[in-house]
Amino acid sequence: MAVVEVTPVRSRSDEVRMPRRTPLTWVRNGGLATFVFLLPLLFVFGAFSWYPIVRTVLMSVQHTNLVQRPTWVGLANFSAVIHDPLLPIALKNTLKFAALALVFGYPLPLIAAVLMSEVRKRRGLYAVLAYLPVVIPPVVAVLLWKTFYDAGSTGVFNTVLGWAHLGPYPWLQSQSTALPSLVLESTWANAGGTVIIYLAALTIVNPELYEAAGVDGAGILRKVWHVTLPQLRGVLLVTMILQIIATAQVFLEPYLFTSGGPANSTLTVLLLIFNYAFGNSLGGDYGKATALSLMLAAFLALFSWVYLRATRSWSTG
Amino acid sequence: MKSTRRTTTVAVALGCLLIACANAVGATSGAKPVTISVASLIPGSTAAAVKQFNAQVAEFQRANPGIKVKPVEYQWTGPTFAAKLAAGTLPSVFEVPFTDARTLGENGQLADLTSYVKKLPYYSKYNPTVLTEGTTSKGKIVALPKGAYAQALHYNRTLFQQAGLDPNKPPTTWAQVMADAKQIADKTGKAGYAEMGKDDNTAGWILTTLVYSLGGRMEAGAGAKAKATLDNPQAVQALNMLKQMRWTDNSMGANFDYGWSDINQAFAAGNVGMYVSGSDVYTNLVQASSIDPSIYGLAPIPVATNNNAGVLGGGTLVAVKPSVSDAEKAAAVKWIDFYYEQPLVAKSQAIRNARTLAANKQPVGVPALPIFNAAQYALANTWIKPYINVPIAQMKPFTSGIFGQKLIAEPASSTQTVYHALDPVVQAVLTDKNADVSSLLAQANSVAQSAISSGT
Repeated sequence: MAVVEVTPVRSRSDEVRMPRRTPLTWVRNGGLATFVFLLPLLFVFGAFSWYPIVRTVLMSVQHTNLVQRPTWVGLANFSAVIHDPLLPIALKNTLKFAALALVFGYPLPLIAAVLMSEVRKRRGLYAVLAYLPVVIPPVVAVLLWKTFYDAGSTGVFNTVLGWAHLGPYPWLQSQSTALPSLVLESTWANAGGTVIIYLAALTIVNPELYEAAGVDGAGILRKVWHVTLPQLRGVLLVTMILQIIATAQVFLEPYLFTSGGPANSTLTVLLLIFNYAFGNSLGGDYGKATALSLMLAAFLALFSWVYLRATRSWSTG
Repeated sequence: MKSTRRTTTVAVALGCLLIACANAVGATSGAKPVTISVASLIPGSTAAAVKQFNAQVAEFQRANPGIKVKPVEYQWTGPTFAAKLAAGTLPSVFEVPFTDARTLGENGQLADLTSYVKKLPYYSKYNPTVLTEGTTSKGKIVALPKGAYAQALHYNRTLFQQAGLDPNKPPTTWAQVMADAKQIADKTGKAGYAEMGKDDNTAGWILTTLVYSLGGRMEAGAGAKAKATLDNPQAVQALNMLKQMRWTDNSMGANFDYGWSDINQAFAAGNVGMYVSGSDVYTNLVQASSIDPSIYGLAPIPVATNNNAGVLGGGTLVAVKPSVSDAEKAAAVKWIDFYYEQPLVAKSQAIRNARTLAANKQPVGVPALPIFNAAQYALANTWIKPYINVPIAQMKPFTSGIFGQKLIAEPASSTQTVYHALDPVVQAVLTDKNADVSSLLAQANSVAQSAISSGT
């Protein structure tokens, strides 16, 4: 049924008769009350969001130990970050993490959600099981996985692989396997949230489309390819950009599992920022930390803008 | 009605007067109570250790009714310390390593305690070298010594026995360490020798210890003009030793990312044959890892025969947050005097302290280096002799050997950054069979030099 939207049309005579706006009329019309109600929100955002951003920008052009008076250093912090030999390593590792997470971590929740939506019984149970890792506190999850990844032959994974006469593998103790090991845990820990989003999105796909595809002789794979994916493309694009932003800021796993090691093989951009700020017990280089933070924020903002522009037609078409 | 109102008015007025008088009396009869937060034990300490600490707090508060002490769990690690320092969330009284106090003091990040410390009766007895670690270039005393240590070789006597080695004859050369480590690994399947390899400066700290014992140094000169010498021949030698134990002998087990606490836990659990750490680490092995004392053995670090070779020594200082008031500062120094210094200089306090520790099954008599003079250290040890409950006979190889060895202070300029630059070098050697030692050291040297030159 079509809905006709009625827009009130203001006549020219109405405009002529509009009273002159004065501070008093603004108060009488509820402007003051609105402002008073807005104040706590402004305060909270100001204190906890905007003020730290302003401080970050300021600190990026200062040298400070947060005790003594800061000194202005211009763009020296940015220059020091760009010339840091650890920056290319951190960028490479972060890109590698993001790429691995995208290749292995991104399709997994979708496959899980599609399979779950096909299941007729106990769908809720499977959803709970998928979401469970998200509920486990991240630090606990990392400690748990540390026992899985124990490099000795008694480690959980090595024991299981040992039954098939494989290993023992060094997991976190090797420069080549440490980063993929972090991606594996991260995928396990975060997939549940995305599964729930996909499950919700799948409920809005019109079942008639599947029936029509079935009549045309499509199997499950063709149904997914020709019905599910096109129907979910808006959600898929959003979850992809969210995942890219999240993996570009990966910190928890490298910090708790490996502290960036072995030999900087899991040093990520955010861990480098942390190390600038807190790596030196004598008080960190907050200037360099904030400079790199701003560079990362600017890059992500630009990337998101380009991504949204590039995918606009596809997501709405 | 009128009279009732008048009575009420008078009563209220009298009440107000009484409250005012009470407040005035309160203000003049004693100083306002001062509350200070103090570093207590490391997180994860046993209930007995916490009980013992709380007993000392209660005793201090009884002796100083105007001071309230709030214990805060505390463990110094580079990153957590920096974060707490930046956020202003350190307790009023906290501990820092020898390497950091002076620079923190120069930067205005520690309170100036000079006037209070000079009033302490034993001020003149401090070992001047140790006190210098907590004194700024302008002569301000910003930290007092808690204890000093020499790096030592901790070994598991049970694993020695199981491997067919004599637990009373720990290795005295690095070649013996390597041979013993291989024998332990081959016979028991445990790590014969393990080493801290974490990216939190501990890997660099232990590598520096090994280099010192072979006669090398990480820096030449002092201050911002110091020259980084991380790529010295002894560093190459030390890394090649590790390389051989890790890849040829396969005697270092499977874990190469131990931090300070982790390696203590692994050792206490009986999974490590030998490792290098401070001579005073036994306290932590008891308090946090409940070690079986019978497995413990302590020996000096094997030292090469050349004149430069020696043992890395360091220590811990106690400092006060710069933002505290004068009254809190005075209370903080009182606490430092009571908790840290009195047990070392006053017989009655030493005995009482040792008795409380022993009653709560906490270690008494862990070997340390003197922060006053050797005579005072020996005297304090005679006071507490009846309460010594650590396996002192098993520590004899260390206690009889350490005073004859040359003690060398940690690198003076940008110490933690130097260690941090060395962390990935150690990790690379332990995780990559083909690691190029010389090239890794050259990279670390350039990082360290730039930090030293910029004073960070």
